[in-house]
Amino acid sequence: MKFIKFLLVGVVFGIVMAKSEALSWFRIQEMFRFQSFHMYGIIGTAVVLGALGVAVIKKLKMHDNEGNQIIFYPKAKSVVRYIIGGLIFGLGWALSGACPGPMVVNIGYGYLTMTVVFFFAIVGTFVYGVIKDKLPH
Amino acid sequence: MIEFLTQPWSWWFSGIVIVSIMFFLLYFGKSFGFSSNLRTICSASGVGKKVKYFDFNWKRQAWNLVFLVGAVIGGFIANQFMSNGDPVLLSEATISDLSALGFSRPNSIQPEELFGWEALLTLKGFLILAIGGFLVGFGARYAGGCTSGHAISGLADLQIPSLIAVIGFFIGGLIMTFVIFPLIF
Repeated sequence: MKFIKFLLVGVVFGIVMAKSEALSWFRIQEMFRFQSFHMYGIIGTAVVLGALGVAVIKKLKMHDNEGNQIIFYPKAKSVVRYIIGGLIFGLGWALSGACPGPMVVNIGYGYLTMTVVFFFAIVGTFVYGVIKDKLPH
Repeated sequence: MIEFLTQPWSWWFSGIVIVSIMFFLLYFGKSFGFSSNLRTICSASGVGKKVKYFDFNWKRQAWNLVFLVGAVIGGFIANQFMSNGDPVLLSEATISDLSALGFSRPNSIQPEELFGWEALLTLKGFLILAIGGFLVGFGARYAGGCTSGHAISGLADLQIPSLIAVIGFFIGGLIMTFVIFPLIF
């Protein structure tokens, strides 16, 4: 039962992806063509409010529900992996019009062909895991 | 109220809901990052015995798989009970650009040319979905995160690596949109 809250917040995530139209391939195209503020507004609002909230959490050393201090671990320093990995991700994002979250929301929405996209995203992750040590990071 | 629920939500309201999800997860000691699930699914399928990258206690990530199931249900609810059935509110400029590539005016939220069953049954249609998914899954793990992990959580924490990753997302997205699309569509 401790998982029910994660199920519910996942439902909210699915609903907001659908209601914001962020799950639409068309909207992702519109974003990459800089023809609407919509997607930038969504991400920008989340980032600005998120940055304010994270700053407050750090300043006040706030704790989670189990009493542990909320800690933000700095991500490993590198340029290569973020640029190349990000670029590969971006190619796929524009082609399929979906990042991993919206893929599964699309499946629930009724676009069952998105299952193919999601399946191959798992395959892509698997292949990364196999050849990881041969890639520059 | 009914009208609010069935109409598309504004960008600012959607942004507030998304960041609220991030804070909700932080309060429960978790971090918002959806593509970790792809690694977790690989690990749960048992490949950790052969590939070190997937050899970890995936059950600690079970909460995120539950979140994923919730996201599927949320998509279902949004379509069944909260949709007015209107096509996506796309800008005319995008409609015109896409029509030059052979895409018809949106009559739902996804192009039938890519996500219809007929498209999937062609080699080209299948390859587009398969390669698109593969690149997302491969790139997300290579970059250490996707839109939720880098563009939302990472940027909110003012992490330089996340900024670099988001720049990478855009370089890739622009190459696909402006260089590769005219070649394949």
